[in-house]
Amino acid sequence: MLHIVNKSPQDRNSLDTCLATAQPGGALLLIEDGVYAATNGNAAAGKLTQAMGQLKVYALKADLEARGMADRVLEGVNLVDYGGFVDLVTEHATCQSWL
Amino acid sequence: MDIGILINEGPYTHQASDSAYLFARAAIEKGHKVSRVFFYHDGVNNSTRLTEPPQDDRHIVNRWAKLGQEHSIDLVVCVAAALRRGIKDENLAPGFRISGLGQLIETGIQSERLVTFGD
Amino acid sequence: MSEGQIKKFMYVNRKAPHGTVYALESLEVVLIAAAFDQDVSLAFMDDGVYQLKKGFNTKGIEVKNFQPTYRALDDYDINKLYVEKEALEARGLTQDDMVVPVEVMSRAEIGKLMETQDVVLSF
Repeated sequence: MLHIVNKSPQDRNSLDTCLATAQPGGALLLIEDGVYAATNGNAAAGKLTQAMGQLKVYALKADLEARGMADRVLEGVNLVDYGGFVDLVTEHATCQSWL
Repeated sequence: MDIGILINEGPYTHQASDSAYLFARAAIEKGHKVSRVFFYHDGVNNSTRLTEPPQDDRHIVNRWAKLGQEHSIDLVVCVAAALRRGIKDENLAPGFRISGLGQLIETGIQSERLVTFGD
Repeated sequence: MSEGQIKKFMYVNRKAPHGTVYALESLEVVLIAAAFDQDVSLAFMDDGVYQLKKGFNTKGIEVKNFQPTYRALDDYDINKLYVEKEALEARGLTQDDMVVPVEVMSRAEIGKLMETQDVVLSF
């Protein structure tokens, strides 16, 4: 299934709970303030990299760009546009937004 | 594919409605059907025609109304949440309608995907 | 989609009561969902476990006490309530603190259950 996280890992525990709950083989899409987790030097980068062994990790490019963070994306994170977001939703049978 | 959308936050304070709009537009461009957008919690504030953003800002209410009309999207505002927040038929923007929570459940049953945008 | 189709709906509650409206309005959705004869389950994770902490007394904050509604869920045949074990532990709570009978599960177990759903709604 597709997991969507829209909160900064420094602000909320959504990413932590999502990573502890998500089952192997799923996908994680970071949007809005969630994209900060996918940037180099962020304290959450380590756990995100670790999660890549079990989950495919995506981040919404427009949200990274809007925040001036597009030039420091963590290795292994796949960037998508809104069309890519739509594809992720249709490719997975269900999605959960970790609000 | 038939995709339903749930929006739980109002315009301008949270990004939820913007993200949902861009998602919906992209889905339509890809040939999918967005059958219904359900507005709940403060999300009901996306539907008031009294909204007047500055000229150089996006008009979140009007662009939902326009997208809805152009692509026959059922824009449903939850009645209980709306009445709590002073949203009534008389201040509803064109294209929106007020109805019950059952419409959200129905979307969950009838659409192939349901995507939630919120805080 | 055919009439009378039954889908599996999971409602994920991760927010504390009263500070925001999500707990109450999520409960309102669940009650409506009961009328649609779908397969409904509720997961309480993170601060969402506080929604079920026994003994709400909302007189002082002058807000309607919606806790009795959780006790009514069983009357609507909604009895699959899952509470996150790690969340209880992190908050000094136990199953005995819960206002209704629940099944305590680890996050991973809730994650497995989530995978089996048709629709997951989060408030």
